[in-house]
Amino acid sequence: MRKFLFSLSAPVGAFVLTLVISSIALWAFGSNPFAAYGDMLGHASKLETQVDILNRATPLYISAVAAAIGFRMNLFNIGVEGQYLFAFLIAAQVGSLVSLPAVLHIPLIMIVAMATGAFYAGIAGVLKVTRGVNEVISTIMLNSIAVAGLIAWLQQRWQAEQEEFTSTTLGTNPIDESGLIPHINGIVEIFTREIGQGKELTGVLLVAICVGVAYHLLLTRMRFGFDLRASGLNPFAARAGGVPPKRMIVAAMVLSGAVAGLIGLVELSEKGKFPPNAIQGLGFAGIAVALLGRNHPGGMVFSALLFAFLDVSAGILQNTEAATKEIVNIMQGIVLLAAVVAYGISKRFQEREEARETAEALRAEQGVMA
Amino acid sequence: MAPAIELTGITKRFPGVVANDNINLTVEKGEIHAICGENGAGKSTLMKILYGMQPPDEGTMKVHGDVVEFGSPTDAIDRGIGMVHQHFMLADQLTVLENVILGAEPTAAGGVIKFSEAEAHLARVAEDYGLTIDPDDMVETLEVGERQRVEIIKVLYRGAEILILDEPTAVLVPQEVEALFENMRELKEGGATIIFIDHKLDEVLEISDSITVLRHGKTVASMPNDGVTAHDLAELMVGSELPTPETAESTVTERVGLDISAVTVVDDDRRPVIENISLRIHEGEILGIAGVEGNGQSELVDAIIGTAAVTAGSISLQGLDITNLSVRKRREAGIGYVPEDRHHEGLMLDAPLWENAALGHQTQAPYGSRWLMNRSGMRSQTETIKDEFDVRTPNIDVSAHALSGGNQQKLIIGRELTADPSLLIAAHPTRGIDVGAQAAVWEQIRDARAAGLATLLISADLDELIGLSDSIVVMLRGRLVARLQPDEVTPRDLGAYMTGAATQETAEVH
Repeated sequence: MRKFLFSLSAPVGAFVLTLVISSIALWAFGSNPFAAYGDMLGHASKLETQVDILNRATPLYISAVAAAIGFRMNLFNIGVEGQYLFAFLIAAQVGSLVSLPAVLHIPLIMIVAMATGAFYAGIAGVLKVTRGVNEVISTIMLNSIAVAGLIAWLQQRWQAEQEEFTSTTLGTNPIDESGLIPHINGIVEIFTREIGQGKELTGVLLVAICVGVAYHLLLTRMRFGFDLRASGLNPFAARAGGVPPKRMIVAAMVLSGAVAGLIGLVELSEKGKFPPNAIQGLGFAGIAVALLGRNHPGGMVFSALLFAFLDVSAGILQNTEAATKEIVNIMQGIVLLAAVVAYGISKRFQEREEARETAEALRAEQGVMA
Repeated sequence: MAPAIELTGITKRFPGVVANDNINLTVEKGEIHAICGENGAGKSTLMKILYGMQPPDEGTMKVHGDVVEFGSPTDAIDRGIGMVHQHFMLADQLTVLENVILGAEPTAAGGVIKFSEAEAHLARVAEDYGLTIDPDDMVETLEVGERQRVEIIKVLYRGAEILILDEPTAVLVPQEVEALFENMRELKEGGATIIFIDHKLDEVLEISDSITVLRHGKTVASMPNDGVTAHDLAELMVGSELPTPETAESTVTERVGLDISAVTVVDDDRRPVIENISLRIHEGEILGIAGVEGNGQSELVDAIIGTAAVTAGSISLQGLDITNLSVRKRREAGIGYVPEDRHHEGLMLDAPLWENAALGHQTQAPYGSRWLMNRSGMRSQTETIKDEFDVRTPNIDVSAHALSGGNQQKLIIGRELTADPSLLIAAHPTRGIDVGAQAAVWEQIRDARAAGLATLLISADLDELIGLSDSIVVMLRGRLVARLQPDEVTPRDLGAYMTGAATQETAEVH
């Protein structure tokens, strides 16, 4: 129980610190912090807003898991951004070329997306083990190659193949309905009132839950997960313990990229194609979410929801003019910094506590023996 | 005249270890003072304290008679103390002059560097101390010995009169060592005081005026270099005050456990770090390897467990050729490994004990299998290790860093021995642990030997080596130079072979 309370101290501390600093920032911008918080919370209490939050949290969570797989072994896959956009484009194109029943069409698109992401991330992994290229550098470059190069080029090529194109046919060809993951309003509405305003809760939420569960099982039940964590905790001990370092690097990158490939599914299912202005930045946001959630499958659920809540709140702040919408970015930054500081302090505290408890328990035991 | 350096009662504790225990050191002005001791004796910690990189917990430091307290190396440099690190810190793409003035550039108004003034200063320093160097050479074109000279000049340029040289000969070939010693003598002529860290005894005897020996964090002797022999120093460094670990009657069998045949391993520069090593360890035999650290012992271990590639020769375990197998395959084939540094290669300090127990055996029952981990198996096996090997811990959920060094070591030895290996590699198994835990470790190694385990024992503690081993080989500069019988040999003899003072005609396999 005490241990549990202890582990809560860091997130609670970070939260309080964030509120304090954000309030000062809001006040300095000439807004009333309490009015702004009130608007944000009031807005979030509406069912439709909650759907928005979940729709935003879903890709953020998948992105965070993708980044966390690398982080667990001190591998910084900054390339989730490029991996998911590239995977999104390829999956959308492949999906538009076939017509299949939904039970085959959806898995096909998912597999193509994962394979593309895995392949693209794998390049960075192979470069690292064969040529010693730092994965941070290579994935950043691969991001640019994907976004400014491959995607721009392929999109244009595939566009030209369309018989006629107007502003509505921009992007890849539309995918048949059978390839799109349906919304799950029906499931939610069993428990709530009807969702209004034409909002649809993405079915990819279920995929994200599966990804989270799979990630949890990987870390706690799978031998590969043990090797992955061992490599992160002490790469030298892991190597002496039989974990092949190079193979692990490639495997972790590939797995991270495969998960990254799923991020685009949300938008793909919503729009039915790769749109010309596909949402960018989810890969980078995922890094922040993973950092805040401590790479923990459960922790990242909370941090993804928090980030999504803040993102969605930007709109309402704009509307009510309670504060400028940029404040949510400031708050996201502050919460991250506060979390890093709070976790750092709590870790040191916890280690000392543990050493003390161990020493004490032993003294007590020896006392009994004597 | 007050001594250049006077340290009294310096004590420095790290969690679980006392790195420096009431150390006293007096270095007279203008002398070359060698500090020797085995790795882990506390030399580096002492030098870090003297150079202001770490504050001591207790004790006082005097420089030229004034009591000083250093908050950082900058304070030490202000007092005229400079350090030449073992690993050079030079920018390859800059010239010698640029490297020397880096961070201490004489500047005119507007931040313009006054190169001519710097060059004049450098020339003056070089002349004063008799060091020759061309200030316009690119550092990348220099040999290792010349780079070291640049490092020394860098320190002198900043006004240091007391130089700390941290194992300066470790990176040098013999001719370069000669040149370095020549430079050191000239530095002394020029009025510098030199503190010289080394554990190669012949070098210490050749160059130093005085010698201080450290062992287990304590000063064991401090004397002028006058009639001292390498034998004396070896004995002082190694000590002989510990309870002798005796092995009972021989359990050596005819069956070969490990067979190493003509193995050579090269480093990144393709220079051999071990050369043409042949060894056989029988089941039930403990083979001890003696040698001053850095003579190829770690590389031999790396070659056996598979973390270093074997360039030539072959290794087989109970008849199975393992020369080209992965580390995991070798571990599965029955190699147990107690690494020389348990924090570096042995444990995941932030993970609980029951996960640490599985490390190295995660693919095998009861810990796990090819695909899955068995959490209850991991936990129950850890409980077994905790009970059988007397790991003192309140429970198996505490992180490894919470345990004392001795208990960490018992956990490692327990996890290796309960996995029922056919070969145990034990590198310094009792280093840095208390006497009680030490006796327990010896007991466990002896029991495993009686059960038919082949054991390779590497230790800097010569009494431990002589007491436990069935036979002993000595490594020097990557080669086997002697094979000895433990019941006929004293630490003194061993020391002579280790430093090359004595030689044996052949040290072949038997």
